[in-house]
Amino acid sequence: MPLKTDVLVIGAGGAGMYAALEAARAGADVILADRSLIGRGGATVMAQMTVAAALGEQAPDHWEHHLADTLVAGRGLCDGKLAAILCEDGPRRIRQMDDWKVGWAREDGHIKQVQAPGHGRPRCVYVDFLSTGPAVSKTLRARLNDASGIRRIGDLLITDITVRDGEAHGATALHVSSGRLVPIAAKAVVIATGGLTRLYRRNSASANMGGDGYALALRAGAELIDMEFVQFFPIGHLAPRLVGMDPIMWDPFRYKLGGKLLNADMREFEAEYATHDTRSDGRYVLTRDLATYAITKEVEAGRGTPAGGAYLSFQHVPPQEIRRAFGPVVDRLAANGIDLAHQPVEVAPIAHYHMGGIRVDETLESRIAGLFACGEAIGGANGANRLSGNAITEAFVFGARAGHHAALKARQRPMPSLDAAGPDIDFLRSAERRDSPNTAASIVALQSLMADYVGPFRTEDKLRVAIDRLAEMRRDAGQRPLISASGGLDPVLIDWLDLRNMLLVAQAVALPAQARTESRGAHQREDYPGLDEAWQVSQVVSITDGRLGVEAARETVAA
Amino acid sequence: MKASLAIQRGQPDATSRVDIFAVEFEPGQSVLDGLRMVRRDHDASLAFRFSCINANACKECMMLIDGEVDYACTARLKEGTTTLAPLPKKALIRDLVTEIAPPDERLDRSPQRK
Repeated sequence: MPLKTDVLVIGAGGAGMYAALEAARAGADVILADRSLIGRGGATVMAQMTVAAALGEQAPDHWEHHLADTLVAGRGLCDGKLAAILCEDGPRRIRQMDDWKVGWAREDGHIKQVQAPGHGRPRCVYVDFLSTGPAVSKTLRARLNDASGIRRIGDLLITDITVRDGEAHGATALHVSSGRLVPIAAKAVVIATGGLTRLYRRNSASANMGGDGYALALRAGAELIDMEFVQFFPIGHLAPRLVGMDPIMWDPFRYKLGGKLLNADMREFEAEYATHDTRSDGRYVLTRDLATYAITKEVEAGRGTPAGGAYLSFQHVPPQEIRRAFGPVVDRLAANGIDLAHQPVEVAPIAHYHMGGIRVDETLESRIAGLFACGEAIGGANGANRLSGNAITEAFVFGARAGHHAALKARQRPMPSLDAAGPDIDFLRSAERRDSPNTAASIVALQSLMADYVGPFRTEDKLRVAIDRLAEMRRDAGQRPLISASGGLDPVLIDWLDLRNMLLVAQAVALPAQARTESRGAHQREDYPGLDEAWQVSQVVSITDGRLGVEAARETVAA
Repeated sequence: MKASLAIQRGQPDATSRVDIFAVEFEPGQSVLDGLRMVRRDHDASLAFRFSCINANACKECMMLIDGEVDYACTARLKEGTTTLAPLPKKALIRDLVTEIAPPDERLDRSPQRK
C-alpha cells in the first residue's frame, strides 16, 4: 500500500506537529507520521517545565538578550544564525500558541515569566500545574484536527529515507500494528524525531527517543554535528520510586519554592561549585552542566545519598505554600508516599536532551536536497550546552520554519517515483528468525554501556572500551532484521530496528567524544579538564564509503 | 519481593493462552516495570505498548489489570499473582496490545474523509 505526498513529516511531537501545520499553510499536502500515537509520544508531551522567549511581559526584555544568554550557555559552539532564529522568532510562536489557547500561566493581567538558571531575567512561560507539555501537545493536536491537507498516520515506523542522486525521494516504513511494509513517495521530507536520550539507562524522555532521526539522516548521507554533547538534567528524580510523573519534575518546584540541594551531611554545596569552579559564571545559580558536575563530584567524594545522588529538600517551606504552588501535584506525590514538608527526595543527573543533531542550513535543509529537520533532531542552535527553556521554543520555531521551507521545496519538484524504495523494502523482507541475543536485553546492555562509559564524565580509556563494545554489539545483532513471529506488532523486529539505529547513533556520540580532548559544556573529559581555545570548533559525523567518520566542521552546509 | 504475572497472550483469530512469569521487584515498582523485566529476562516476544515509561503522559499502556482497566505505568506490582489481559472492547493486535488509535489517525482509515 504505497503512499504519496508533497511533504512527509516524521515524528509528531511539538516540532513535527508545527512543521505539518506550517507546511499545510504554505499549500502542501502533508503526511504526518509517528511510530506511536499522534502527539503523544516524543519529548514534548513529557515537558512539565518552562519555555523561554523574550516576550518582555514580566520585565523588559529583547530577543538579543535571550540570544546572549543562549550563546553563553552554549560555550562558544552555538551556530549563531540558528541561535538567532530561535531567539528572534520565539516570541511570535509563544504568542501564536497563546492565541490558540494553550493557557500560559498569567499574573496581574500578563503572561507570567519566571527566571530559570542561565537567564539574565525572568523569561520563561509555563502552564500550571506542571502541565506545559501536555497543554502544548493538546493545543497542537486540536489545530491538526481542524487543518485541511494533513493526513495523520500513527503506528508508522520509518525505517529509511529514500535517496536518489543526492535528493530525498521519500521513505520506507513498517506499519507497526499490521506488520505491512509501506513505501512513501514525498517531494520533501522533514525529520522531527527528537533526540537520543533512550541510549542512556536513566533518561527523562519517552522510549521512542532512540535517535531514529539521526540514524535515518546518516544513512541518507546527511551530516550530524556536535554529537558529543548530551545534556544531563542534574536533578532527575531518583528515589523513592515515583510513578505517574516525569522524573524531571523538580525544577519548577525549585524555581517557585527555592528547594535546597543537600549532600549526605545535609549541607548545601551548590555555592561552592558556583564560586570555585573555573567554568562558573560566578553567580550562585548553577547552569545544568555545572549542577551535574557538582552532584556527581559530591557522590564521588562519598557524600552521596543512599540511592547515589543528592537530597532535594523543601522542608524549610511551610506546607500551605507547597500546596498553593503545586495544588493537585501535592496529592500525586502523596499517592507515592512523598510529603515534601517532612522529607527530602533523592535526585541525580539523568539523560535529558541532545544538543547535537542533523546539520542544517538556515532553511533547516540538510546537505541532502529535500531532506529537512527540526526540533531536537537538529544540532547547532544550542552549542555545547542548552539553556533551560529553549527546547520547546526550538520545537515551535524550527518546526514551523522547516515545514514552511519543505512546502516551498515541494512546489519546485515533481512527485518522485516509488522505485528508489526497492532496496529498503527488500532489506526488511530479508528478516528472519534465528538464534540471537534477546533484543530487549541487548538494548538494556547498550543503555548501561552508554551510561557508564559515554556519560557526562569521560576518559580516553572509557571511550575506547565503549567503541570496541559497540562494534561487538553490532556484530552480535547481525546484518539482517530479526523477527519472532508473523503478523502485527512483533516487538523483536521493532527492537532489532531500534537497536540498528541506536548502535549507529551511539557510535556517532562516542567517536567525536573521543576526538574532543578538552572539557566544554556537556562534554566533560576527566583526562582533559578545562576549555581548550583550539577546540572552539564543532565536529561533524558522516558516513563515507560505509564508514562512520569525524572531522572538524567546515564553514557552511553544502545542500 | 516476588510478583507473578499471568499474562493473556495471542493474536486475532487464534485461541489465546496464559503465560505466567515470575519477577523480582522492589516495593513501588510499576506493572510496566515488571513487563519490561519479563521481556529482558524471559521472553522478548511479549507484546505490550508504551512510550513515556513513567510519566502517564502517553496513555498507551492501558490494559486490564486484575480485571480492571488501568495503566500499567501507574499500577504497582504486588506480591502474589497479577492477571494481565488486553482491553476487551478494542480490536486485539497481539498479546496486551489493542487498536487504540483514533480512527482518522490510522493507516487504514477511509480515504475520503477530509
